[in-house]
Amino acid sequence: MITLKNIHRNFQVGDQLVHALDDVNLTISAGEYLSIMGPSGSGKSTLLNLLGLLDRPSAGSYHLNGRDVTSLSDIEQAQVRNQEIGFVFQMFHLVPRLTAAENVELPLILAGIEPAQRHAQVEAVMQELHISDRSHHKPDQLSGGQRQRVAIARATINQPKILLADEPTGNLDRKSGQDVIHLLEDLNRRGITLIMVTHDAEIGQRAQRQLHMMDGAITHEQSA
Amino acid sequence: MRIQDLLNLTSRSLIAHRLRSLLTSLGIAIGVAAMVLLTSIGEGVHQFMLAEFTQFGTTLVGINPGKATTAGTSMGAFGTSRPLTIADAEALKRLPYARAVVPLVQGNAEVEAGNRRRRTTIYGVGHQMPKAFNMAVKSGRFLPDDDPTAPRAFAVLGSKMRHELFAKENPLGQRITIGGSRYRVIGVMASKGSILGFDLDDTVYIPAARALSLFNNESLVEIDIMYAEGTPVDKVVKGIEDILKARHGRDDVTITTQAQMLEVLGSILNVLTFAVAAIGGISLLVGAIGIITIMTISINERTNEIGLLRALGAKQSQVLTLFLGEAVVLAAVGGLAGLLLGVGIAQLLHIVLPELPIHISMFYIIFAEMVAVVIGILAGVFPARRAAKMDPVEALRAE
Repeated sequence: MITLKNIHRNFQVGDQLVHALDDVNLTISAGEYLSIMGPSGSGKSTLLNLLGLLDRPSAGSYHLNGRDVTSLSDIEQAQVRNQEIGFVFQMFHLVPRLTAAENVELPLILAGIEPAQRHAQVEAVMQELHISDRSHHKPDQLSGGQRQRVAIARATINQPKILLADEPTGNLDRKSGQDVIHLLEDLNRRGITLIMVTHDAEIGQRAQRQLHMMDGAITHEQSA
Repeated sequence: MRIQDLLNLTSRSLIAHRLRSLLTSLGIAIGVAAMVLLTSIGEGVHQFMLAEFTQFGTTLVGINPGKATTAGTSMGAFGTSRPLTIADAEALKRLPYARAVVPLVQGNAEVEAGNRRRRTTIYGVGHQMPKAFNMAVKSGRFLPDDDPTAPRAFAVLGSKMRHELFAKENPLGQRITIGGSRYRVIGVMASKGSILGFDLDDTVYIPAARALSLFNNESLVEIDIMYAEGTPVDKVVKGIEDILKARHGRDDVTITTQAQMLEVLGSILNVLTFAVAAIGGISLLVGAIGIITIMTISINERTNEIGLLRALGAKQSQVLTLFLGEAVVLAAVGGLAGLLLGVGIAQLLHIVLPELPIHISMFYIIFAEMVAVVIGILAGVFPARRAAKMDPVEALRAE
């Protein structure tokens, strides 16, 4: 499903060239549960952004479902992000002036779906994540765990094949964090490919495949 | 993205910052109001001036002695132009489309009636003057169609002159003395007001031939011809030239058509209105800078949101549209408020100062609103492009 070959990502910081990713090779099959661990600056977030088509590699190739996606135009990449990839962030990134339901609706609005169909989809996914009673609340009226649930609902509204989670529990207390992890794992069991970046070893170890990164390279891989 | 969703999203973010949006729109509103108001006054003055000039009718041609051109060599003795005479005026009556021909002499003389005296402007004219100049006789009658070279000594008073000389008495049939000659008053004109400083009410009209001898003049000051409506003005001018050339032996008169005058006047007044609109435009410019400022601030504050939208699958063009939409809505709403404000103030001015000529032009109203929208686009495009071009990773990471 995902094939990365000789991926490099360099940043120019001042007069220094930083190798955020240094010759990364990785293959991920559909339905896998993968965690990426490593200290900060090891390149794990860069790798995740690259997988999510938010960033382009400096060199190397990225095939998604057999298609080379590195050479896609902005419009095509946006389409792939909208339809095939879901993002969950540490900071939730909910739009503060929109209600929970409207936040979940955003990807559908961007895709130009009719309102009637949108509302049915939003209602269904919020029911599934047990937040339908919160649908008219603004983000600041929700607890951290609820916010992350809304964010997950938003990430999965288009039924993407891949869910990318960047420290999804980083801003949550232990209890809500566990809830969120269980929720994500539940989605994985139902077929979604889950790729999670974390520096929390306890959470990372739950994944079937665990990648460890250091200085922009995958140092070793473990399987549970 | 559907257009309703675009409008909904943009208005939601504007409403989230009510005060800020209101103040930014106010900048545009003031600009548009100023533009509406200034152009309304400009248009009012425009129409007022045109009305002043066309109150004598638009199918008028004036003929003055002498050629208003500069020749290379002195014409010497032949250079002096021949006078315009009453016989010339009579000859011009032969023009088939001439509805009225009015010889005109003008001068100052003392008018006496009983023991009252008044020094004023005397007009020597032909009997067709009321017809040519759209003027009405209030009582009595105008000068009769006498033999133009030896007319009877009749006089017609302007309305102000009538009051100055006769107060409450009936002037008709009374004798007055003008420059030592005696005249009989046979009519009083309706009030015409003053035109560009000439008071047409404070005057006496007498036959042109008598005025020539009164002022010891050889030449008429002017001959005015009213031609039939619909006649091409070129044909009229050509006809006049032919007749006078035959009589004078050469082309030695200046012909001014009302159409020419109106054209020149119209273009001057258009420049005036445009200049006034440009002054209003400056305040719109200030409003536009307000939009740029607020959009730049807004985009800095919402960097995260831009990153998020990109992650959710927004194209660069969609991010651009969203922010451009906000700028356009700010400008359009401000523009509408400005229109209402401007029209309101214009109406108020009209009530408070009825003499001030104000004309609210639909053209400028639509123009002002379109300018507001265009300003919204121009002011919004720079910040919106910056938002669209942001690196999504950087944007998501921003504090």
